[in-house]
Amino acid sequence: MMQDLNWAIGGEAGDGIDSTGKIFAQALSRAGRHVFTSKDFASRIRGGYTAYKIRSSTDRVESVVDRLDILVALTQRTIDENLDELHEDSVIIYDGERTEMEDVDIPEEMIGLAVPLRSLAKDAGGTIMQNTVALGAACEVANFPIENLDSALDKKFGAKGEAIVENNKEAARLGQEYVQEEYDYDFEYDVETTDNDYVLLNGDEAIGMGAIAAGCRFYSGYPITPATNVMEYLTGRIEHFGGTVMQAEDELSAINMALGAARAGARSMTATSGPGIDLMTETFGLIAQSETPLVICDVMRSGPSTGMPTKQEQGDLNMTLYGGHGEIPRFVVAPTNVAECFHKTVEAFNFAEKYQTPVFLLADLAMAVTEQTFSPEEFDMDSVEIERGNIVDEDDIEAWTDEKDRFQPHFPTADGISPRAFPGTKGGAHMSTGLEHNALGRRTEDTEIRVEQVDKRNRKVETAQEEEDWSPREFGDEDADTLVISWGSNEGPMREALDFLEEDDVSVRFLSVPYIFPRPDLTEDIESADTVIVVECNETGQFANVLEHDALTRVERINKYNGIRFKADELADDIKAKLGQEVEA
Amino acid sequence: MSSEVRFTDFKSDKQPTWCPGCGDFGTMNGMMKALAETGNSPDDTFVVAGIGCSGKIGTFMHSYAIHGVHGRALPVGTGVKLANPDLEVMVAGGDGDGYSIGVGHFIHAVRRNVDMSYVVMDNRIYGLTKGQASPTSREDFETSTTPEGPQQPPVNPLALALSAGATFIAQSFSTDAQRHAEIVQKAIEHDGFGFVNVFSPCVTFNDVDTYDYFRDSIVDLADEGHDPHDYEAAKEKILDASKEYQGVIYQDEDSVPYSELHGIEGNMSEIPDGAPEDAMDLVREFY
Ligand SMILES: Cc1ncc(C[n+]2csc(CCOP(=O)(O)OP(=O)(O)O)c2C)c(N)n1
Ligand code: SF4
Repeated sequence: MMQDLNWAIGGEAGDGIDSTGKIFAQALSRAGRHVFTSKDFASRIRGGYTAYKIRSSTDRVESVVDRLDILVALTQRTIDENLDELHEDSVIIYDGERTEMEDVDIPEEMIGLAVPLRSLAKDAGGTIMQNTVALGAACEVANFPIENLDSALDKKFGAKGEAIVENNKEAARLGQEYVQEEYDYDFEYDVETTDNDYVLLNGDEAIGMGAIAAGCRFYSGYPITPATNVMEYLTGRIEHFGGTVMQAEDELSAINMALGAARAGARSMTATSGPGIDLMTETFGLIAQSETPLVICDVMRSGPSTGMPTKQEQGDLNMTLYGGHGEIPRFVVAPTNVAECFHKTVEAFNFAEKYQTPVFLLADLAMAVTEQTFSPEEFDMDSVEIERGNIVDEDDIEAWTDEKDRFQPHFPTADGISPRAFPGTKGGAHMSTGLEHNALGRRTEDTEIRVEQVDKRNRKVETAQEEEDWSPREFGDEDADTLVISWGSNEGPMREALDFLEEDDVSVRFLSVPYIFPRPDLTEDIESADTVIVVECNETGQFANVLEHDALTRVERINKYNGIRFKADELADDIKAKLGQEVEA
Repeated sequence: MSSEVRFTDFKSDKQPTWCPGCGDFGTMNGMMKALAETGNSPDDTFVVAGIGCSGKIGTFMHSYAIHGVHGRALPVGTGVKLANPDLEVMVAGGDGDGYSIGVGHFIHAVRRNVDMSYVVMDNRIYGLTKGQASPTSREDFETSTTPEGPQQPPVNPLALALSAGATFIAQSFSTDAQRHAEIVQKAIEHDGFGFVNVFSPCVTFNDVDTYDYFRDSIVDLADEGHDPHDYEAAKEKILDASKEYQGVIYQDEDSVPYSELHGIEGNMSEIPDGAPEDAMDLVREFY
């Protein structure tokens, strides 16, 4: 009956929580189940509570919920931290032989399974495999065929040799048998498997994959949570396609290296998070002014300053929209789920080159670290089109030279898009500068040319506004009186919240907006709704402000900024409350 | 092909706006000569300029070029060179640009040893912002912002480079045209990061480190029989603050440039119209 399974493993950072969770997530995905993961982690390497949570179903899952069915608790704190989500039939697996878990406090109505994880692991070949023992035990509780776990273990440890794989499989078996033999419960759970093929990946990986697919060959970055995974993904893979990853000495360097590579004609990207974006700001203007195509990815985390580096927030919208002195024509694209991280990255490169501007790819931590299952077709490589814009070669350069045969890289065309000559092109030599310049790229303070060039650069945005499709993604009941709007990773929880709301006869129209600038004109949608609610993970409602400004009206807001992403059930309740409906306590 | 290129081909039709007599004229001429001499053409050359009077050089030369933000010229050059190793990349800037705001990048560019040349027009002052102390200004040099002098020892850029593992360190004097061009040429020809600190006097704001001063005090290493492959001898010269040396001070014959070490070969601007052929493998990894 119960097709939804909510599972988690928690302990101290350094306990291998992440990789163990990932193995279980992979086992479920390989069994043809949808998976959605989330992580609670603190910003330290050892010590501090951390947990890896999985929601899994045969249906598509888009969110976490306030519910935990099976919890592998390596510490008492894991239980304490998750009390709210545990329920009557929850099963807690723990190691009763571990000194700190001897007097573990299992809430009365729940089932506690004391499994000697450590000693069973030792029997299988080493205590290091204690988490694998727990996975075997969890398979038994969930009635989940353990063979699926085997294949995930093959994948995880295959490179380390047959013996390690076999020992881990054995450890899992010992965990499973222990529960079978020592406990006589009739567990609630009966996890179904299917023949579906899924891939399981997170937003950072999808961004990296999108970059390679889009022909990105140069990546420079400086490590920062939660953007580092993009760099780690590309390292070792991009070389295969003729590219390179450069770990720069800081973000100032990273963005300037990327700029240099872009000027040399490479598709080029850098990724960072809040503090790094701050450092890069000066160069935003140079990118725009020199009309260099560059993708700058900001994987947002909680700010300001170093804020809460491992927690969710969508606080940098204003920064990417307005950051930098002067006025900077730019694009801001914000993917709304893991698969969209891939597609929007590809799109970002096309925008950058077609319009020769900085393109901000605004992702958020919740999406970047969340692994989610998709059909492989959702990453269809055949559908990737690369549009490089107005590139001139040595044969057509003449059309763009002045009376003295000088190439005019900033020629003020009708659509604002000027010709681009890659270095090495005969007859195209020119200088680019952040100073105001004329069509040749030479410094000027001539008032007319200044206005002409500013207009030209901004015209590119107008052209894009006309030529590209900026529509939002639409869900729910299109005739509903209530309109909910969100951006970024709120799409998933909101899509599921629609189901919860429907159960309570609340019908809602939902627009998930991936384009912050240029963005769709939602004025009519906003005007025709009775209630408009903008959902976002920040305190001031940065997107709500922008929409209010566009539509010249006030909107309702639901803002979450405690560092944790929205949960579907919680969001449904928040919406009901906004609509003046009673919410069960 | 090299015979067809003359050094004036690297001259833009824009007249330099430097003060008459500025050392940067000579520095630039030497750079252009060296580029022509090494067989490069303006279309295959990329000049990255810093900010400052010195940074204006990109405008007065003819080549592919970028005039970046203050202090960040070296990272830009690094990106250009790695993305297209066929280009001759020359980075130029001032002492403020390179040893103050950009000093972190300087150290790392040196260690990285990307195959490009870096020419610093060292006038021991901030020219463009009208005469403040720079990192190479003398301890007692009075300026608008340091009326008593900076009262800090000047940085020794050559020593910074040496300690960071430089594979080519040289110094030249902009008016000694022949020698200066020859030294820059050697930096270009070096397999790796070729660093040249150029004494390029500011006639408007620096009345201490003048042409006369350099003319009187400069010592040519060639006359001293200095062997640039001798690390210990190079170290000694570099740490000798009592003299202004000119010439190639250190060159590591075994220098392996970054791109060679990392197998970077191709021109990265050439990409297919769609995803690479085997891109679906990237997806399959996530099964
Ligand atoms: C971030 C930033 N800070 C300050 C400036 C102002 N500024 C322009 S040039 C310069 C100093 C240039 O000195 P140097 O590199 O020695 O070049 P010179 O003009 O002497 O050739 C400064 C501080 C700037 N452009 N950008
Ligand atoms: S101020 Fe000094 S450095 Fe600048 S152009 Fe004049 S002489 Fe040259």
